[in-house]
Parts: sequence; C-alpha cells; structure tokens
Amino acid sequence: MEQKDLFKELGQIRSLMEKSSKFVSISGLSGVLIGFYALLGTLLGYYISTSHETSMNRLRDNLTLLNIFLILAIVILVLSLLTGWLMARRKAKKSRQSIWNITSKSLLFAVSIPLVTGGVLALILLSQGYYHLIAGMLLVFYGLALTAGSIYTFSEVRWLGILEICLGVLALCLPDHGLMLWGLGFGVLHIIYGFIVYKKYES
Amino acid sequence: MKLDLSLYDKVFENRVRLQIMSVLAANEEYDFNSLKELLDVTDGNLASNLKTLEKEEYIVVEKSFVDRKPNTRYKRTPKGLKAFENHLIALENLIKQQYK
Repeated sequence: MEQKDLFKELGQIRSLMEKSSKFVSISGLSGVLIGFYALLGTLLGYYISTSHETSMNRLRDNLTLLNIFLILAIVILVLSLLTGWLMARRKAKKSRQSIWNITSKSLLFAVSIPLVTGGVLALILLSQGYYHLIAGMLLVFYGLALTAGSIYTFSEVRWLGILEICLGVLALCLPDHGLMLWGLGFGVLHIIYGFIVYKKYES
Repeated sequence: MKLDLSLYDKVFENRVRLQIMSVLAANEEYDFNSLKELLDVTDGNLASNLKTLEKEEYIVVEKSFVDRKPNTRYKRTPKGLKAFENHLIALENLIKQQYK
C-alpha cells in the first residue's frame, strides 16, 4: 500500500468513528437566528415592562406582566425549536444523512433530562411565587443540558453550556438583572456560538 | 528495521469490515439499519461481513423486537477491540516505516 493511501485510510477511520457517534447536522446559522429571536424577545420584554406609553399601560392592565413574559418566552421557544429543526433537516439532507438516527436520539435523550428537570422546577418556583429566581435557574439548567449533550455533537457546545451555567448563577445572585442576563445568555451567546460553528464547519 | 506484520489483521483487509469495526469501537452498540445507512452498503454485503466478524468473535449479535419489528444490534468484544487497535498500530508502523 502507498503511504498516501494509508494516510487516507486512517483519516477515513477517524472520520467514520466521529460521524457514527456525533450528531453534526445542527446548523450554526440556526444558532445565530435563535440568538436574534431571544435578543428581540428580551428587548420587547424590557420595553413592555418599562415603557410609560398608554398603550403599554393598557396592555399591562389587561395581562399581568408575568403572563406577558410567559407568552413571549413560549413564542420564542417554539420559533427557536422550529428553526433549529428545519435547518438541521436541511443540513442533514445535504450530507445525505437522516435527522432521526442513533446520534440524534442519544443527543435528545441526554439533553432532555436536565431540560425537563429545569422546566418542572420553573413551574414549582412559579406556583410558589419565586419569580425572581426563574430566569437564572432556567439558564443554569439549559447550560447543564448543553454540557450533557455535548458529547454527542460539536465540542463547542460544552463551552456554550458552561458559560450559560455561569450566567445563570450570576442571574441568581443578581435577580434584578435577570432579564438582561437572559438576553446575554440566550441571545448574545447563541449568536457568537452559531457564528463560530458556521465559520469552522460550514463555510 | 524489519517490518513487523504480526499486528496486521487480515480480517480488516476488507474495507467494510474495517469500517464496521471503527463504528463499533466508537459506540457501545449499533443496529443493522443505522450501520447500513452510515456505510451506504447493500443488505447482503453488510450481513456477510458482519457474519465474518461474528465468526472471528470480534463482535456479538443481540436480536430483539421493537414494535414487533426485528431489531438486530451489534457490539464489539474485547478481542475485537484489541484486534482493531493492533491493526491501527500496524498501519501506523507501516507509515513510519516508509518515512525511513
């Protein structure tokens, strides 16, 4: 065998081992988009809660501020999941892989345990009136979910997760800045992460 | 230096077999259909090479039913992993040899 062939052979083994155990169809650009949704949502939330315009006052009278935030958060969540799923499907199609395979199942399972735990805890805090703790707590559990899932996808996800946990802890210490830290964590960090993954793997 | 080929494994001269072993070295277990999709090979080709690896006791087969459909999963054995690692060392040595 030629040396060139041997190098190629070893390279192919390596890439196959990685491809078989990591889900790499997550699109970097979807990370950037999701970050923008979150940032927009945060700004909107900030505007609604601080604006003195009469229309905003009326909105606040009809719906409590809590309900407004809840609706905003759910809309952004659904929009983000949809964007992530559609763009991953497109990327998987390009590399002739299916989006529902062993690696994506493992990834979903690893991520879902901390996420569901965090969601249940958020509902408990909500029902007991500890509103100021929810933003930070959700950031922490989202970060835990990312670090748990990172072994099944890009290694950059682990760092994103660790940074989200740090921001979450900070938000728990400074509950008054919860909204701003949310925007930083779900918005700015996602945009930076998505840009890095896009540059590194997709362009 | 004389070339040592004792670590080189004839079983892995077949590309598909080497690929199967790479996947099973990186994962606890893998099922037939996922392997087929990943390696982009035909049913018959994959099945016959899996059979060879099974006969060599490099992998073990676990059959079960999921939603009444047969689900066949494969796992590496310690013997198989050792043979795979040795084979990689042999390939590396071959490269080093050619540098001299």
